[in-house]
Amino acid sequence: MTLSVDALSFRYGDRVALDDVGFRVERGRFCALLGPNGAGKSTLFALLTRLFVAPSGRIEVAGIDLARTPRAALARIGIVFQQPTLDLDLTVRRNLTYAAALHGLSGRAAAVRIDAALDRLDMGARAGERARDLNGGHRRRMEIARALVHGPDVLLLDEPTVGLDIASRAAITAHVHDLAAEGLTVLWATHLVDEVRPEDALVVLHRGRVVETGAGGRDLSARFSALTRPAAA
Amino acid sequence: MSAYLTCLGAIVWREGLRFILQRERFFAALVRPLVWLVVFAAGFRAALGLSITPPYQTYITYEVYIIPGLCGMIQLFNGMQSSLSLVYDREMGLMRLLLTSPLPRWWLLLCKLFAGVAVGVLQVYAFLAIAAAFGIVLPWAGYILVLPALVVSGLMLGALGLLLSSTIRQLENFAGVMNFVIFPMFFLSTALYPLWKMAEGSVLLRDVCAVNPFSQAVELIRFALYARLDAAALGWTTLAFVVFLGGALWGYDPARGLIQRKIG
Repeated sequence: MTLSVDALSFRYGDRVALDDVGFRVERGRFCALLGPNGAGKSTLFALLTRLFVAPSGRIEVAGIDLARTPRAALARIGIVFQQPTLDLDLTVRRNLTYAAALHGLSGRAAAVRIDAALDRLDMGARAGERARDLNGGHRRRMEIARALVHGPDVLLLDEPTVGLDIASRAAITAHVHDLAAEGLTVLWATHLVDEVRPEDALVVLHRGRVVETGAGGRDLSARFSALTRPAAA
Repeated sequence: MSAYLTCLGAIVWREGLRFILQRERFFAALVRPLVWLVVFAAGFRAALGLSITPPYQTYITYEVYIIPGLCGMIQLFNGMQSSLSLVYDREMGLMRLLLTSPLPRWWLLLCKLFAGVAVGVLQVYAFLAIAAAFGIVLPWAGYILVLPALVVSGLMLGALGLLLSSTIRQLENFAGVMNFVIFPMFFLSTALYPLWKMAEGSVLLRDVCAVNPFSQAVELIRFALYARLDAAALGWTTLAFVVFLGGALWGYDPARGLIQRKIG
């Protein structure tokens, strides 16, 4: 089991954001965390990345308890945030070098990993360009490459295709599916059912609760609509 | 340990690069104290008579008196600028990248602090060099011994900036910091007038100035510039640093801090 979430709850004051959330993602699976806006996906990501700490529940990354040994667990996670997190004035390579250093990587070891990560996302040719000069799709790819530099076991992506055109969206979705096929565990938050393939693992989150787990399967669009109707959950 | 130093190097490098790229900021950082030195001090030279008080051993002109205060002013603005850059980083999302690093959060915040101090110290030395060109030359030992004093005062003011950044919601609110933090701290301090002079106007004002941590930082710098140690100022500045840093670490604690309301 590479990513395991058990009985996770979280509140903003009186408002319940997550209620007894639990699911598991096997190694090398692409798991879609599907939920409408406001379902609690970003809160769950904040807890998974320890930006917040949940008062109850348990998160394990590659068998490591996030609450007990947060640093060891964080070292196994690669993160792509919903909001772009780039230094626009730095080149692609400089952005990745900075991120590598935040994981304690420097020098030749970091350079080799950065080249490999950029090649994996077909971004090698753009290493010297300033982030500001990249289009939205390439910026996203750069962020995914950056999340891979330290060699994580689990890749978390919080609605990574927001704001992208159809072609860029399809390309990035395909890229990350390929990463899962290579053995990386992926948790991909989205509210768009067309990003989920039938064979993908699926967790549907609605109003802070898990309302379905299983596989993407067929007719996901109709199932998702039924599960997240205002009266549902 | 090398991972810690790698991270420190990267954060200092990025802060330094950002400073160099923002030429207006560097220009403003130098011009601001020079305007005070050239315009304000020249105007007040006649109005303010200064007696011989430690660390001075002779009569000094007003320009000489306000040099340490202007060094402190550079660091005060720089500390707030670092705070602004943290708020900017939060708005740009780069704060998340920093806070999800596997290195301990206290170290990440200290790295930010050190980076700010490094940039601030460079500005102070640039200012001292220009002041020397204007004829205000200090004892040579002072130029060396002021370095540790600047590090301590820079850390204290940077920690204050860090604490403020954990409470400021948006970049737009930064104007409030100017009005309610920078100006009172600067004017209610020994940067522009000595305490005894202040007491002539109001004893209460003198007391307020005396407890202002910025006054302590300025006195620490003032004595160090004359190769002397003001142990009390060092103690109070260090204490203020510890308190501000404690508050900042609390503010950035993922379990209970203020950041929780803003990052999500």
